[in-house]
Amino acid sequence: MPDLTVRLRYLARYAELLGVEGEELTLPAPATIGDVVAAVRARHPAAGQLPPKPLCAVNFRQARWDDPVSAGDEVALLPPVAGG
Amino acid sequence: MAILTEQPIRLDPLIDQVRAPDRGGIAIFLGLVRDHHQGRAVLGLDYSAYGPMAESVTREILDEVAARGSGVAVAVQHRVGALTVGDVAVAVVAASPHRAEAFEACRYVIEELKRRVPVWKRELYADGTVEWVDPTASRVTSPESRGPHDV
Repeated sequence: MPDLTVRLRYLARYAELLGVEGEELTLPAPATIGDVVAAVRARHPAAGQLPPKPLCAVNFRQARWDDPVSAGDEVALLPPVAGG
Repeated sequence: MAILTEQPIRLDPLIDQVRAPDRGGIAIFLGLVRDHHQGRAVLGLDYSAYGPMAESVTREILDEVAARGSGVAVAVQHRVGALTVGDVAVAVVAASPHRAEAFEACRYVIEELKRRVPVWKRELYADGTVEWVDPTASRVTSPESRGPHDV
């Protein structure tokens, strides 16, 4: 299987923690949300401060840890929400 | 109308969005910036959002209300950007034929919004420090288990 590339978005505190709001990530296919987060940890030492399973979204919908990702997906890592 | 706005929230356009001849009651919830958080004096805060997801999740919540079929219509706006104490951060305007459904829908939408919509706030305290608000951390009582941003 070829590699796949996703767009990553880090929101709010996570953007501050990692020092970047977004980037591209290429990883071997097939891949899940869990694989994406593992790759983020490998790339950013500061990602060690993320929770074990941060809240994630794929294409603006909340995703589960085992959900697959596809080429071109926007994968977002979201801190616990605090609106209102 | 977009859910997120950088401008001060005006109620009249929200009311106009939901008022109708067969809706005899409107319930309104306004969330304002408070001057304290967990015992600390707050000067103001910065709201940020994951825009497209905030819009779509809010619309999902409004669809859930509409699916009950009780003739309720709800309008919502949430501020983003820098706010000061007393500013309206969020408004929920629920109209329905009778008041009970309006109050219920208003309550449902604000609770679900706080639980599900990707919006975050960064508080500026009177002592000069700035901190992201983490509702999950506030439930934790032991100092050992607090995150690095709580120091």
